[in-house]
Amino acid sequence: MNISTDPWIWIASILSLAILSFLYKENPIFRAAEHIFLGVANGYLVTFYWHRILVPILFRPLFQQGELLLIIPFVVGILYLTRFIPRLSWLVRIPIAIYMGYWTGVLIPATIQAQIIKQMQGTVLTSQNFQAWNAGSWGIVWSVLIFVGVLCTLSYFYFSREHKGVIGVTSRVGIVFVMTGFGAAFGYTVMARISLLIGKLQFLLGDWLGIIR
Amino acid sequence: MNIVMLAGFLAIAPPASVRGYDTPDDGGRSITLEWTLSPDDGVIERYEIYRSCNGVDYEKIGVMGRGRGLFEDDTEDRRQYYYKVAAVADTARAFSEPSAPVMSSAQWLNRKKINIIVAVAVFGGLILLFIQRARRGQKLFVRKIAGLQAIDDAVGRATEMGKPILYCPGIGYIEDIATIASLSILGEVAKKCGQYNTELINPHFDPIVYTVAREIVKESYASVGRPDAFDPDSVYYVTDSQFAYAAAVDGIMLRERPATNFLVGWFRAESLILAETGASTGAIQIAGTDQVSQLPFFVTACDYTLIGEELYAASAYISREPLLLGAIKGEDWGKVIIGAIIIAGSILGLLTAFPILRLFD
Repeated sequence: MNISTDPWIWIASILSLAILSFLYKENPIFRAAEHIFLGVANGYLVTFYWHRILVPILFRPLFQQGELLLIIPFVVGILYLTRFIPRLSWLVRIPIAIYMGYWTGVLIPATIQAQIIKQMQGTVLTSQNFQAWNAGSWGIVWSVLIFVGVLCTLSYFYFSREHKGVIGVTSRVGIVFVMTGFGAAFGYTVMARISLLIGKLQFLLGDWLGIIR
Repeated sequence: MNIVMLAGFLAIAPPASVRGYDTPDDGGRSITLEWTLSPDDGVIERYEIYRSCNGVDYEKIGVMGRGRGLFEDDTEDRRQYYYKVAAVADTARAFSEPSAPVMSSAQWLNRKKINIIVAVAVFGGLILLFIQRARRGQKLFVRKIAGLQAIDDAVGRATEMGKPILYCPGIGYIEDIATIASLSILGEVAKKCGQYNTELINPHFDPIVYTVAREIVKESYASVGRPDAFDPDSVYYVTDSQFAYAAAVDGIMLRERPATNFLVGWFRAESLILAETGASTGAIQIAGTDQVSQLPFFVTACDYTLIGEELYAASAYISREPLLLGAIKGEDWGKVIIGAIIIAGSILGLLTAFPILRLFD
């Protein structure tokens, strides 16, 4: 056993155990660690935003390098603070509207290209799939499954009709595809979380207590 | 003889027809250079590209391997450039004739993305059409969604038990659609809390979302005639650190013991932590997100889950806002068009030699 003498490893280990004590029940030790976590996170983010974003991207170029165009985003950013002045709080809608409008304009074409057009391209069946089947590949099977799954899942998310008749059948098939996908994602993520737990245990038993190497 | 052989060895033919043109379909600051390969392309080592702003003083700006006759240069717009290309073998360089002057500029339209413009126009047009119809009073049918029936019951349960309702809008930003849908549902939940005098706890991850949510909750209480019941401290900012936020919400769940947890919005890895902690307290949990990677955890640990677009439909169904209803109807027609294109494209792709997949590039 080779216990660490690094005080930061001790602090990290004690806080890790304090957070993990939550598994037993909520207790003052967990609460203390939770509040330390929140305080440190907020303090770190304030200094990060100041030193890494506001000063190099806004204040230095604007006030020292004379890039006067930056006055516009500076003023827009200041408008967020009007929320604290009741008479002027309506001004906060301006930066929110600019922010939402900008990101909507950026995301809509990108989303349509990546998540609609490219997905449609990957779903459409072509004669290449049959040729692959003749060559012994399972490609055609998966291609047909994807084709059926996409169409049935689309019918499940069709809200303009009740799920009765043909739409009822296809939507039930669609939800089976959806839940199968969820099951696979769940198993994959649990595997990833176990890996994280292994890493934490290696830290506690290895770096802190020196029981394992 | 040796001198002749040496001269023959060192003499390489230069590339020809060097042509520069403004790179098409871009935002400017780029010139594309093309040239015909040197007849000695098989023996040279590389091509060197030279550029001048006045046609006299050239500087080397790039290198291309043999067999390649294309180069893209980063430039300043509206400035004339001249180019030469040299075929290089050992220390020998054979320069081409200089190109004609060329300038770069930005284009208004990227022709490679015309299919996206068409898709935006079609989907956007459909949504605007149905919004107009909804505003004119036309009734637009939206089918019932399972999780929504439970909202009233969940709020009623909290009221009867005298316990608060926790509404967690996730860790999304205001531009995320799931966050916007969540705020719409928050407004309706806040109305019920105002009507039944039920305590609402609404912790936030993003300061901007917090700002918007505060106004929404305040207006909701006012709309049901209970502005006095609005507690400004019920809607508050926690932190914008992902797991610090999860730790804080977990602490709230265990200390305040809400009867109902709403986990509606944009989530990432903290979703399982939140959902499982809430389940351990015995609260009814109604979740909804459009993050496919997080839905499995909500489906497993929550009583009702709004899957993907059901979240958007839920906000339309609850609020009956023409804007939201029109959007749902437009999206439904969009799905019909997508399904029709997939089926028609597959028929064409299987029965003919038409290169259908190229239409999507």
